[in-house]
Amino acid sequence: MTTRTVSRVRSPMVYRIQNRVSELLVHALLLAIALFCILPMMLILSASLSEEGQIATIGYGLLPRGFTLEAYEYIFKVPGQILRAYGVTLFVTAVGSFLSLFVMALLGYVLSRPDFPYARHLAFYVFVTMLFSGGLVPWYIWLTQGLRLTDKVWALILPYLIVPWYVILLRTYFAGVAQEIIDSATIDGAGEWRVFFQIVLPLSRPGLATVGLFLILMYWNDWWLALLFINDRNLQPLQYMLYNILNNARAIQANVAQSAGAVLPLNTVRMAMAVLATGPGALAFLLLQPYFIRGLMAGAIKE
Amino acid sequence: MLQLTRSKPIHRPRAGTQVGRVMRTKTATRLAMALPAVVWLFIFAYIPMFGIIIAFKDYRIADGIWGSAWSGLQNFRYLVSTPAAWRAIRNTLVMNGVFIVSNTICSLVASVLLYRVQRSIMARFYQAAMFFPYFVSWVIAAVFVLALLSTENGIANQVLARAGVESVNWYASPQYWPAILTTLNLWKGLGFWSIIYFAGLLGINEEYYEAAEVDGASRLQQALYITLPLLLPLVTVNVLLSVGRIFFADFGLFFNVTRDQGMLYSATDVIDTFIYRSLTQTRNIGFAAAGGFLRAVVGFVLVLGSNLLAHRIHPDRALF
Repeated sequence: MTTRTVSRVRSPMVYRIQNRVSELLVHALLLAIALFCILPMMLILSASLSEEGQIATIGYGLLPRGFTLEAYEYIFKVPGQILRAYGVTLFVTAVGSFLSLFVMALLGYVLSRPDFPYARHLAFYVFVTMLFSGGLVPWYIWLTQGLRLTDKVWALILPYLIVPWYVILLRTYFAGVAQEIIDSATIDGAGEWRVFFQIVLPLSRPGLATVGLFLILMYWNDWWLALLFINDRNLQPLQYMLYNILNNARAIQANVAQSAGAVLPLNTVRMAMAVLATGPGALAFLLLQPYFIRGLMAGAIKE
Repeated sequence: MLQLTRSKPIHRPRAGTQVGRVMRTKTATRLAMALPAVVWLFIFAYIPMFGIIIAFKDYRIADGIWGSAWSGLQNFRYLVSTPAAWRAIRNTLVMNGVFIVSNTICSLVASVLLYRVQRSIMARFYQAAMFFPYFVSWVIAAVFVLALLSTENGIANQVLARAGVESVNWYASPQYWPAILTTLNLWKGLGFWSIIYFAGLLGINEEYYEAAEVDGASRLQQALYITLPLLLPLVTVNVLLSVGRIFFADFGLFFNVTRDQGMLYSATDVIDTFIYRSLTQTRNIGFAAAGGFLRAVVGFVLVLGSNLLAHRIHPDRALF
């Protein structure tokens, strides 16, 4: 915008100054918005590094009250439970996102083929589930009484396997693969599976990456399925463990305060747990956010 | 009708020919490829739909769905005579309404600001910072909200104390929560929606602005007569689609951030939390199912209607 032809009405000098001032104003506003978005996370980090005594007397602050790793030491003194929760979350995230992406990509591919005679029927079959659902109660009863998923690790994976919106996104990406490439491969004798694995998937890498990353964060951040289906402490994912610690003091005793006699630094331990639960996800976000943003923008102005 | 498929004519080769045989194996393979998804959708989406008959039963776990006695409209009668149900419906509609308006306005403003400095190095930082909360779970959000609002050592009460104002017991004062929840909803959604609108702005041909500037149009005039009309279809569609889901609240926000405090229900209990509690705490299953059934029906009509309307405005953004 700054390089645009200068207006004939205002003098160039005045225009340039006006332009500069308004640009600085825009930067100030955006900086304020960015801080509004990030500061809450800084607050958690600072609180986790604070001294418990100071939190109790002065209260939380945007900067650490004192500086200590006490809360983290406390958690890792008896690390069994939190390491287990990490394990559950890692397993669910890895297996869940992979399975989900695979099943959705297969469906998206079939839907994207112009010469598939049942594409419309299949699309309608998917589509109905986006418009209508039986609601929480029948779903919950079917999964617990019918499929008996209570306290099974699959309860944390299977219910999220297909997200119709992502199927649509994948279909759009796959439909963008030039038909000529696929046709020439078919003439050379490639079957459907080969076309899918060796042509369509590699050529749709940006789309797969975008959806894959959304899936990874969906599984990493999930606590809802655990809230409904998991009672066994050994199957708690990280987010659910944190939910428990936040909402009842007894859970914190059970999960981290196993060393008898030690006084529990409750306030700072909560915050340290939140940092530990966010850390890897936040790191993944920082590394991969350019893809997210690009993928999202491509989706917003697709076709 | 469905946007899910490419709209190209299907050529059905005649049976018996070479091409016909190749085509049939191709179709068979494709059906096999779609099979896992088809089976999953059947088990996890279609079967539960039939479970909706629970709403018309006096459901007892021991008797199962088929064994439980029919109760006609008993559950529905009980539901409409419960003030808490009406309160949940009101809260859902009001809060979602406020969310739609605040989200749309703020993300539009943010996207215009981003557009103004798009070539600066800072632009990518702003985008990333704004997008970050979208990937933070509500459980984590509940943790920092506690650090802000805790009665004894929260930051909000420290600020009030410094200003000489008496401290507030936030988790027992429902009157503040509509504002708190709106702020948090903005915090989480702002980045996502401003990226969508930013992409929309990038799609506007820059020549329009250049021509307007040559004609001496001010920035405000450019915004009113170029940006707004060209972005309007995208905005309308997004608002319509959100309105279609106005009966569906963000469970994570209302459940976690309020820490499910009973004192706050008058302002924060929404349909989703109400049904969840009826299912898991008061164990009134038929009642919860009746609520879910009503919502599913109203939701279906709204989602269908809003998508049909959205399709007329902006075919790409709608479902069909």
